[in-house]
Amino acid sequence: MSTSMHQGNIAIVGAAESSEVGTLPHLSELDLHADAARNALADAGLTPADVDGIATAGGWCPLDVSHHLGITPRWLDGTNVGGCSFMLHVRHAAAAIATGAADVVLITHGESGRSGVGSAPRSLQMNSMVGQFEHVYGAFAPYALFSIPVLRFLHDRGMSREHLAHVVVAQRGYALNNPRATRRNPTSVEEVLAGTPISYPFTKEMCCVQTDAGGALILTSAQRAADMPNANRHVYLLGSGESAESMLISQMQDPGSFQAFRHSSAEAFATAGITHADVDHLMCYDAFAHVPLYMLEDLGFVGYGESGDFIADGNTVKGGSLPMNTNGGGLSYTHSGMYGMFAIQEAVRQLRGEAVEQLADPEISFVQGVGAFFAAAGTVVLSNRRP
Amino acid sequence: MSALVPVPTPATVPYWEAAKRQELHLQRCAPCQRFYFYPRPFCPFCNSDDVHWQQVSGRARLVSYTINYRPFPPFDRTKPLVHGLVELEEGPRMLTNIVRVDPTPENLPLDLELQVTFEDRGEFMIPVFAPREQAV
Repeated sequence: MSTSMHQGNIAIVGAAESSEVGTLPHLSELDLHADAARNALADAGLTPADVDGIATAGGWCPLDVSHHLGITPRWLDGTNVGGCSFMLHVRHAAAAIATGAADVVLITHGESGRSGVGSAPRSLQMNSMVGQFEHVYGAFAPYALFSIPVLRFLHDRGMSREHLAHVVVAQRGYALNNPRATRRNPTSVEEVLAGTPISYPFTKEMCCVQTDAGGALILTSAQRAADMPNANRHVYLLGSGESAESMLISQMQDPGSFQAFRHSSAEAFATAGITHADVDHLMCYDAFAHVPLYMLEDLGFVGYGESGDFIADGNTVKGGSLPMNTNGGGLSYTHSGMYGMFAIQEAVRQLRGEAVEQLADPEISFVQGVGAFFAAAGTVVLSNRRP
Repeated sequence: MSALVPVPTPATVPYWEAAKRQELHLQRCAPCQRFYFYPRPFCPFCNSDDVHWQQVSGRARLVSYTINYRPFPPFDRTKPLVHGLVELEEGPRMLTNIVRVDPTPENLPLDLELQVTFEDRGEFMIPVFAPREQAV
């Protein structure tokens, strides 16, 4: 019997990060996948034998992970659109479970982003379109490509580099007390601006950290979840969306707005049946300090040109009107390279009441991911209550 | 280490052949009259196959940029690279490097008028852009 993939019919019953995050040269990338997966299985009270669907992205085919763990899949998804792939995996898994194509889906992430242990070598593909027309200019490092549209974004809105620095400062507060966070020192706008220049207008602290880390999720139907232990820790999918533009950042229709953010978030709001005012907690994948600014505007949480002051005025810190990136984000907490899994993990923790910087009784979390710079986007709307 | 060069594919060969002659060529769709980039054998706006290569003016404006202080090999790690997003007078936008200008924000106001020039990388000439009064 088919049922909707949204509106609380699909539950996250297991969620965990790798036992450690940070500098882990003793673990290969596959080890990080497996560590996170086994932690998530234990969290759910399940074993690999209970799993019949697998999804992952990055340097690994999903069957690499399923075989490694002793899982026989009847559903696989290797959708790879960069760091937001895991939002798409949640969405695709929900659709599969709702139609009966899978019953229990494991989504894994593992990346040796800092140490490069057991990871695929990075090389340029100079016959691709992005290779011929963008990488050829030496613009291939994330800080060199992702930064290119930002001066136009700021200029058109009368915003400044100070607004980028405010994003960093606002999120650092959430990492100060987190032993798993990479950057735990308090900072200020002045210190951020005075930091090592990386790629103008970005200084070092406006760029994400680089860590080794993993995370995993286990999804099943809410009906099946109701028979499982720890039902009070289950998190439900209300809505979701996904969209894409181009691998070539020069081909963004509007360098000051990412159409994939607009489309995927609009679909997420519509399928969840919620408004912006219903959102208690927001995760905006922050590989660099400008991304939350784009997201706040493209998602419609603020109007054109209001994102900078919204953050600078303290709306996104603990106690503010819209707490955002409450784990410290990619800018302070952890960032393996494909951070989307960690945004989802923090949303689940907040909704379970288990976060380090726990908000008071959040009910709905909105999680926006970005992938391959301004190429793809994925959104999930989660709740600890079924509608 | 040798210079970074593109590996053309059949649809992009005319672009790179023109660049070797120090000419910037783009495709234009006959029915909808729009220029488009990057090269494809059909119009990405209206899907027509009736598309033709032609030389463009080489004039552009600076839409946005970054000053990359950490270029990777084979680029000279001691020389910042200015990666620019430029809009050609004919409409399409492309990524490029901005050359013949000291790489500081003061020298790179947005909307700066630019002219195409070509960087010699041995077997290929790569379209780059310079402030219009600096371009030869």
